[in-house]
Amino acid sequence: MSTARDFDVAVIGGGLVGSAIAWGLAKVGQRVAVLDEGDIAFRASRGNFALVWVQSKGLGMPEYAGWTVRSSEAWGGFADALQTQTGIDVSHQRPGGFHLALSERELEQREQVLKRLHNQPAMQRYDWEIMDRERVRQALPQIGPEVVGASYCPLDGHVNSLRLFRALHTGMQQLGVTYLPNHAVDGIEHRNGEFIIRSAGGEVRSAKLVLAAGNGNARLGPMVGLDVPVRPQRGQIVVTEKAAPFLNYPVVTVRQTDEGGVMLGDSLEEAGFDPTVGTGVISMIADRAVRMFPQLARLNVVRSWAALRVMTKDGFPIYDHSATCPGAFVATCHSGVTLAANHALALAPLIAAGRLPSEQFEVFSARRFHVPAAA
Amino acid sequence: MSNAPELRDSYDVAIIGAGPAGMAAAAICAGAGLSTVVFDEQTTAGGQIYRAVGETPVRRAAVLGSDYWYGERLVHALRASAAHHVPGATVWSLSREREIGVSIAGAARLVQARRVIIATGALERPFPIPGWTLPGVMTAGAAQILLKSSGMIPQGRTVLAGSGPLLWLLAWQYLNAGAKLDAILDTTPRANRKTAWPLAAAFLLSPYFRKGLRLLLSVRRRVRVIADVSDLRAEGDGRLQAVVYRAGDGAETRLPADTLLVHQGVVPNVNLAMSVGIAHRWDDDQLCWTPVVDGFGGTAVDGIAIAGDGAGIAGAWAAEERGKLAALAAVRALKPDARREQLPDEAQVRLALARVERGRLFLDRLYRPADRFRLPDGDTLVCRCEEVSARQIVETVALGCTGPNQMKSFLRCGMGPCQGRLCGLTVTELIARARGVTPAEVGHYRLRPPVKPITLGELAALPKNEAAIKAVVRG
Amino acid sequence: MFQRLPDAGDTTLSITVDGKPVTARAGDSVAATLLAAGIDHCRTTPVSGAPRAPYCMMGVCFECLMVIDGVGNRQGCLVPVRDGMAVEIQHGKRELAR
Repeated sequence: MSTARDFDVAVIGGGLVGSAIAWGLAKVGQRVAVLDEGDIAFRASRGNFALVWVQSKGLGMPEYAGWTVRSSEAWGGFADALQTQTGIDVSHQRPGGFHLALSERELEQREQVLKRLHNQPAMQRYDWEIMDRERVRQALPQIGPEVVGASYCPLDGHVNSLRLFRALHTGMQQLGVTYLPNHAVDGIEHRNGEFIIRSAGGEVRSAKLVLAAGNGNARLGPMVGLDVPVRPQRGQIVVTEKAAPFLNYPVVTVRQTDEGGVMLGDSLEEAGFDPTVGTGVISMIADRAVRMFPQLARLNVVRSWAALRVMTKDGFPIYDHSATCPGAFVATCHSGVTLAANHALALAPLIAAGRLPSEQFEVFSARRFHVPAAA
Repeated sequence: MSNAPELRDSYDVAIIGAGPAGMAAAAICAGAGLSTVVFDEQTTAGGQIYRAVGETPVRRAAVLGSDYWYGERLVHALRASAAHHVPGATVWSLSREREIGVSIAGAARLVQARRVIIATGALERPFPIPGWTLPGVMTAGAAQILLKSSGMIPQGRTVLAGSGPLLWLLAWQYLNAGAKLDAILDTTPRANRKTAWPLAAAFLLSPYFRKGLRLLLSVRRRVRVIADVSDLRAEGDGRLQAVVYRAGDGAETRLPADTLLVHQGVVPNVNLAMSVGIAHRWDDDQLCWTPVVDGFGGTAVDGIAIAGDGAGIAGAWAAEERGKLAALAAVRALKPDARREQLPDEAQVRLALARVERGRLFLDRLYRPADRFRLPDGDTLVCRCEEVSARQIVETVALGCTGPNQMKSFLRCGMGPCQGRLCGLTVTELIARARGVTPAEVGHYRLRPPVKPITLGELAALPKNEAAIKAVVRG
Repeated sequence: MFQRLPDAGDTTLSITVDGKPVTARAGDSVAATLLAAGIDHCRTTPVSGAPRAPYCMMGVCFECLMVIDGVGNRQGCLVPVRDGMAVEIQHGKRELAR
């Protein structure tokens, strides 16, 4: 049981979002506590696909595209900083990424979506292209006959997200962050400019508060005057045994880890808080992967899992601060890997300074969901 | 199996595992007129205890002993029944709705059952000592399988090490077969005798008592037995060359060796049961996870029962009786009008079960493996697949990692093809000790299908519904 | 190192292991065949490259992974040996094409 203690910031959530922010806060000299759940929890951080992905993000909110590009640009330096500090190589690579189409119709749809994305006013310019089959084959010689083409973006990349998770936790420990597992939060009070957090593991007090509890933010937000309308969206992933390197680029649903395993994703399912793996869905994932790369058919599947994304109605993140409880922030997204560099290097210093500049962050506020219905 | 019947899409009862529990259950279910399928990963029925009993190349019956040959009658009963026995069938998934994913000859199938009896038995407890991954080191159970199914015995300098009945049984069978054994290193802690002694009276009435005693004495007369072994490691460059041990507080002794056979008891094979969400509890006597089952092996998951050692270690004879009870429950649920004379009498089954379970706790206490050999340290590998050491586990606990699932994320332990079967218990116990809490509080790996690897091609070829297609395909 | 009991049936099958001829008994697994032939290890690990040999012989440990008839990472203890089989030591990570 921990007793009451004083921190500059308490971060609720020890996943990739929470630990990236906590690491960034500690880097700028804040005294930080991270309150986390235990071994069994809905941890999106343990179930993600580990892409640092740019292409196709931001249709409907060009500022999100810009925020994503910024993180993608910052990722190399972020990975270097983690390695220098902890000695852990998170294996960040940015060779560009592919989104393969298995029919002319899929390729057309893909092109339409990307054109609409990039035709938005205020959309940041970056390179992307639609490639025909022959050009895709030059980069990915193992593609199957059904692949008709792809979209490609040179900004896309991937990391080893499990090592990222460990590097952040190791880094936090080295920077003096107090990590408190088995501290599921029951209640938060804001009194005399201080947050008093009641948890399964005891009470923690802090001057500032960051909600980074994924789908748990929906419950925690109202305790500090924040509305965080998020819901779980199930995604399933299949992984094969370790294979010799064969894939030089990440594909949005197929990527080979630096350890050799091939990860295959993923599904979008509305299933509430049920993280059960379904045979039909993983079969469909396998089917599409084999059509993209027929030689994969011979590899053994060693594991599959389901995890719950943290999803908003429009699919974009929420970054907000509380009007009624100054010093309370929320950060929630379904791209904890891609945005980790931003969370650590851009967001954390702003939280340390006490406010999110509205010119940059107003667009990410949950107030966007409160537009009155048209008369 | 060229004249085997076609596999159907659904059965009344599906039994997973053709050991004593599975075979006994199958004969009863099929005898009562229920359509019954038995999936088994091995090529012959018998499980590990009666492995290859119908086809063993071991000619002299005395080598393996009468308890082994007893299994023949179970195999015959299975063959004589209408149950569809499918050998070489790997079950890789089981859903709460009792849909079974099974892979046969490189092709995956889905089979639906109204009742499922999991009879996947036991596996040997991990024995994580330095050098346990060297070629030349294998389990005593593995060596016994080589004897039963291939008529093979070790050649060269052979050392047996560990604790528990199977180690002595193997030594006895080896001596019967004419094998030479250099030494048996008994790692049973001396202090166990004190905790076991109060329960000895019950064991005197066990059918295992006289046989066990005779066997033990027979082995001790013929092999050098070193008691109270407190430290043990395998050494060698690329393969085993020597076994290094210490007895009590004595000096280190080095035995040149070609083969080291290790064993420290068996534990339930929990992967399939855990993957379907059946609750397990930590058994502090047997130091392992045991599923929560009722008197018929029934679990909280509707229609799924567990029989045999998979429901808690009690041995082959108990497995057979527990298989009968699980079958009785299935017949009563699916065919309440089955004629009573076709079924075994429940009271008699329970009586027989009580008789063979007598004194089990004595054995558990007497052969409780030492902490030293369950909780390794330093560079000793814990996870053989991903090559994760004990030191890494302990250091990661210090990082704030409280359980095996977070540990898996941080270190990859349990992520290899064996899916935690050879490291799960060690990881749980190491975390528990480092945190100063019970293994029950730490928990086990969360297991998901496929619980055995299948190829991506097999998985891709399974039927899919509209919802699955919609969940995956997007522009 | 293992040997066959003298009366334990004839080794009438022949297979190759890394191209070299090895005799086998019908009814044996591929893993047992290699052990009887005195072959030290059946694979090297994809993590450190350490040599490994069959450990459990019952399909749970995945140490006996080898290349059987051109297919990598098969569990040698679960595959019955057949005449003419081509077995190879599995070196580290599996190649995609095999």
